[in-house]
Amino acid sequence: MIELIQQNPFIAAIGALLLLGVPFGALLGFAAVKFKTEGDPIADQIEALLPQTQCGQCSYPGCRPYAEAIANGEAINKCPPGGESTINALADLLDVEAVPLDAEHGEENVKTVAFIREAECIGCTKCIQACPVDAILGAAKQMHTVIKSECTGCDLCVEPCPVDCIDMLPIETTLQSWSWDLPKSSENIIATDRTNSKEVAA
Amino acid sequence: MALLNVTSPHTTNTMNTARVMQLVLLATIPGVLALTWHFGWGTLVNIAWASMVAIAAESLMLYLRKRPISFYLSDCSALVTAVLLGIALPPYSPWWLIFVGVGFAIIIAKHLYGGMGFNPFNPAMVGYVVLLISYPVEMTIWATPREALELDLPSIGDAIQALFLGRDAVAVLTVDGITMATPLDVLKQNNTLLVDDLWAQSPQFGRWAGAGWEWANLGFLAGGIFLLTQRVFTWHAPISMLISLTIMATLFYDGGSSNSGGSPLFHLLSGATMLGAFFIVTDPVTSAVSVKGRIIYGAAIGILLYLIRVWGNYPDAIAFSVLLMNFAAPLIDHYTQPRTYGHQSNRPRGE
Amino acid sequence: MRKIWDIHGGIHPAENKTQSNQEAITQAGIPAELIFPLSQHIGAPASPVVSVGQHILKGEKIAEAKGFVSVPVHASTSGEVIAIENHFIAHPSGMTAPCIIIRPDGKDQWIEHQGISDYTTIEKTELLNRIRDAGIAGMGGAGFPSAVKLNLRDDQIIETLIINGTECEPYITSDDRLMRERAEEIIEGVKILQHLISPVKETLIGIEDNKPEAIAAMKAAAAGTTIDVVVFPTKYPSGGEKQLIQILTGKEVPSGGLPAQVGIVCQNIGTTYAVYRAVQYGEPLISRITTVTGSACERQSNFEVLLGTPIHYLLNLCGYQAERCSRLVMGGPMMGFSLESADVPVVKTTNCVLAPTPNELPPPAPVQACIRCGMCAEACPVSLLPQQMYWFARAKEYDKLEGHNLMDCIECGACSYACPSNIPLVQYYRASKAEIRQQKLDAEKAEHSKARFEARQARIERQEAEKEAKRAARKAAAEAKAAAGSDNQESKQDAVQAAIERAKAKRAGGATATPQSKTDLEKAVTAAEKRLATAREKLQQAEEQGADTVPAFKTGVEKSENKLAKVKAALDDFIANNPQASTPAASTTNDPAQLAIERAQQKRAGAATQSPLEKVEQQITSLKTRIDKAQAKLAEARAENSDKLEIFETSVQKLQEKLAEAEQQKQQLQTESPTSNKIETNDPAKQAADDIIARALAKREAASKMTDLERLQNAVNSIETRIAKTKEKLTVAEQEGSDTIDILTESVKKLEVKLVEAKQALSDYEDQQG
Repeated sequence: MIELIQQNPFIAAIGALLLLGVPFGALLGFAAVKFKTEGDPIADQIEALLPQTQCGQCSYPGCRPYAEAIANGEAINKCPPGGESTINALADLLDVEAVPLDAEHGEENVKTVAFIREAECIGCTKCIQACPVDAILGAAKQMHTVIKSECTGCDLCVEPCPVDCIDMLPIETTLQSWSWDLPKSSENIIATDRTNSKEVAA
Repeated sequence: MALLNVTSPHTTNTMNTARVMQLVLLATIPGVLALTWHFGWGTLVNIAWASMVAIAAESLMLYLRKRPISFYLSDCSALVTAVLLGIALPPYSPWWLIFVGVGFAIIIAKHLYGGMGFNPFNPAMVGYVVLLISYPVEMTIWATPREALELDLPSIGDAIQALFLGRDAVAVLTVDGITMATPLDVLKQNNTLLVDDLWAQSPQFGRWAGAGWEWANLGFLAGGIFLLTQRVFTWHAPISMLISLTIMATLFYDGGSSNSGGSPLFHLLSGATMLGAFFIVTDPVTSAVSVKGRIIYGAAIGILLYLIRVWGNYPDAIAFSVLLMNFAAPLIDHYTQPRTYGHQSNRPRGE
Repeated sequence: MRKIWDIHGGIHPAENKTQSNQEAITQAGIPAELIFPLSQHIGAPASPVVSVGQHILKGEKIAEAKGFVSVPVHASTSGEVIAIENHFIAHPSGMTAPCIIIRPDGKDQWIEHQGISDYTTIEKTELLNRIRDAGIAGMGGAGFPSAVKLNLRDDQIIETLIINGTECEPYITSDDRLMRERAEEIIEGVKILQHLISPVKETLIGIEDNKPEAIAAMKAAAAGTTIDVVVFPTKYPSGGEKQLIQILTGKEVPSGGLPAQVGIVCQNIGTTYAVYRAVQYGEPLISRITTVTGSACERQSNFEVLLGTPIHYLLNLCGYQAERCSRLVMGGPMMGFSLESADVPVVKTTNCVLAPTPNELPPPAPVQACIRCGMCAEACPVSLLPQQMYWFARAKEYDKLEGHNLMDCIECGACSYACPSNIPLVQYYRASKAEIRQQKLDAEKAEHSKARFEARQARIERQEAEKEAKRAARKAAAEAKAAAGSDNQESKQDAVQAAIERAKAKRAGGATATPQSKTDLEKAVTAAEKRLATAREKLQQAEEQGADTVPAFKTGVEKSENKLAKVKAALDDFIANNPQASTPAASTTNDPAQLAIERAQQKRAGAATQSPLEKVEQQITSLKTRIDKAQAKLAEARAENSDKLEIFETSVQKLQEKLAEAEQQKQQLQTESPTSNKIETNDPAKQAADDIIARALAKREAASKMTDLERLQNAVNSIETRIAKTKEKLTVAEQEGSDTIDILTESVKKLEVKLVEAKQALSDYEDQQG
């Protein structure tokens, strides 16, 4: 046996590779079946990070399609409502460079909610049809109103309104939502100047 | 008067960063005095020149980085770097050696990493190691202490001349016996004599360790104790370093054979042991932070110090041990986080 | 001596307590106005139960608790409610919140109230309700409703009751003075608490060793009871609930948990005193002890202050020098918050008002770089790593912050105090905590929005599917119908059934409504005839196919015949009964003169409103706007280089042609009526219409006089003239190539038919007359 191998090193090598290949192939095949993942977990993870405003500013019809597009290599900086924090989170998840927001798709603004000036509403239901999260209440020829807690601030309802009675109002700070801001900068140059000038004055 | 609207707390203690640095500078005085007494004016001249270079380099970098110069200079951190490097460099070093060392420390090791607080490595030690590797000849000449010298110590004029014109231009410093190997070097090179015989034969040994060196070390120990009483740093890192060094030395002393690494007392009072323990290991920026972490950090430096001193290529090893442990500090911090009140484990969640 | 434990970290800031703890507590008195914020506690704000203008008595409830975690608010003196509005409150944001504002009447008249003589005899729940109704919330700082804290579930066994007399914050001495002066009452209050959460194994009153007088007083009062007064070394922040628990028992409250989980309930000294007042005397929480201190005040002391008292009233009592004061702090210097004005009221949690000079509490020094010295970590009482969290907070790495237990930070300020670089660490943590909470809320909302979006998508899809299904069903039905011509009996039967039902419904309707007029009856006759015809047809079809439904159809035909007969009979009856009814009705509808008059009147009305010139002008303007629009579109198309360019171009051309035509017409009209005056152009049309009316009236008159022969001849003549006129028009139209040719030829044909008929009638008549 050993002699045979020694005499035919080439065939022996092929044989050895084959012998190795069979169990490893079987192992891989088994793993493929055993650890099969349903759906596209990366797209799910991406979607979980998106703000779900369904605003379409990324040029995809909703957050899920954009998540899938990102999973397929689309840029991560097309979500203005999510802004920097979403980009950072996506960059962390996908292990890519965090890039600044693509201005083409809009800017990161303060959070807003839609508000219908009810006196001017003509009850055309166009905004209701545009709202991706069913946050507008009303019926044909009846006044409409926005359910504030459900509104994502996507502003998709503003464009369709024929009488321009929808405003995007910034969400007001309440006593409950108020908080201290992060300190400006730890290298507080202005404060430095202040103390220096004081010293000079003294 | 307009009412301030600021977040609590509304009061802070009187300690500030500049004061910490000033206390550190103050605490070096006994050691520096001892060094000057035993080895001449060289160390003081080193410190003075290094300080000038450091302030110039710091100002330049702050200017380039568009930071308020006087504000950042007033934290004295550049001076601390300069003084530590000036102490560590051999007396009567040429001006360019100090210039390169301090410049490298301030510009590259400190500011290019983001300035004070952001540097991962101790700037003074980086400067020292750069010089040690680049100019081994200049870095391994050490002055003969007063006890072993048959002549008078060089005068302050000689020291300044040596700084600007080089050793060779100063007659006093070209005399035979004005420089000699450090006790640590002598002990390392020895493999024929018992330690006691070596001690008797070599003039550079003193009562417990190297002549002059022992007093310098005691001086730095005194300064360190002063800083401890001022709560500038905690005892954990320096004490654990000294203990681990003592343990290593005790283990490998073997009663003073020709292969002996030297007695524990010899190691504690030789070279830069005390300077390192109280002025370099305790550098807050580059050391571990938690109590447990500092003990590990100090102990590891003590072990490395002994290993390199006795079996390595360099006679003293504070710089290398500290830099090696600077690398490890974040890792140590990561694994020695304290257990938060109300939690079972000290591991951060999500890891 | 009890064993005590140590907490990690802690600091020793200058105590500054001697300035204010020398004097006994004094009454602050009644200010000119009292302001009661509806939310002085943690939980839902109370809701007002008084109205503006209402007179209220001291201790009267002015706002009631809303929900479980909430407490009511009581008036602290008698007076009148002058407003319920937003007012500045004690909050670091400097924002306003709803408040009830009362103007005291100075009588300080109590509402009727009564204590419980022996609280051990009544139900615990009732006792709890009493505490809750007294509006008692934690008076140490947080303001958590005390009744909620004392309301234990059955499975919660409390071993230790801790009364917090630590008062570790510098400057504050309100609990210190309270313990010195009212130790007996406090001990009574502790007994009530003991009873409420009984059985407790031990009751501890924790006091720092810097209050020897208070310790002595409490020890004396507690002698002979099961209450232990425990003294421990002074260190900030020993007075934090969790820290005190650790010091006194060595136990740690689990992260995110409550002391009750480790068998401990902790109450503040002030709260205990308030509980005593509420139970013993039935007094709600309407006043508290507040320290007024700081070098900007000449007198630094403790006051018993009515809740709602504005801070400036208190400060003025103490000789406050506003110009010397750099900031106003509510609470102590470590955890208190700065106020933007002295206009805010004292609330249940206001233990101290601090008015320091700039020398006393200097403004924050400039921030230096963090040197990782670790002094913050050494000071942290919950063993966090403040310097690490500082880096993460700056980098906004919120998940790492959470991993480093940021949420366990008690914001005691020890780290900021210790920091040699003057970094406002606590502010970083507060901002980051708020951001983390906000992110959690956002994530929840995103999840919610996603669910709603998906539900909407599903609904739209379902609706589409339903529409599609309906469309398919209709298509199938149509096909089936086509096929049913030969063999599909079922759908036919369905149709028959439907027809029968329709008929039934009609019949039912007919039965109720009695036929009123001849026309109705006539309609009914024609309908019945139609029905009969269709029924016969169907019967025939069925017979041809030899279907089973033949008999059914036969009965249907019979029924229809019966019906027809009935309706006809009814019609005959009607005509017989109302012989005149038929003729005048017929004449009114058939009178051509009347019709002509009506038509003419309509025309006149039209002419009155619009002259032809105006019409043309209108047309021109509308054309112009259309051209503008079309041109705009054209420009757009050009800009976009669209393929619709050609279409737009032709449309613009066409419109321009039309415009030219219209303008020509206008010119014509203007030349025809050179005056081109609205009234004048109107006049001829009006006159023409009037002429027509007059002629028609004349005709009618003549017709009534005319014999039948004459009438017939007249008709023939008029038709002939009409034909002639129409033919004339036709030739004009043919020459111009107008669209109206067809209509005109049609009408000529019709008129010719009518002419033939009229002539026939005339000859018939002549024959008859012979």
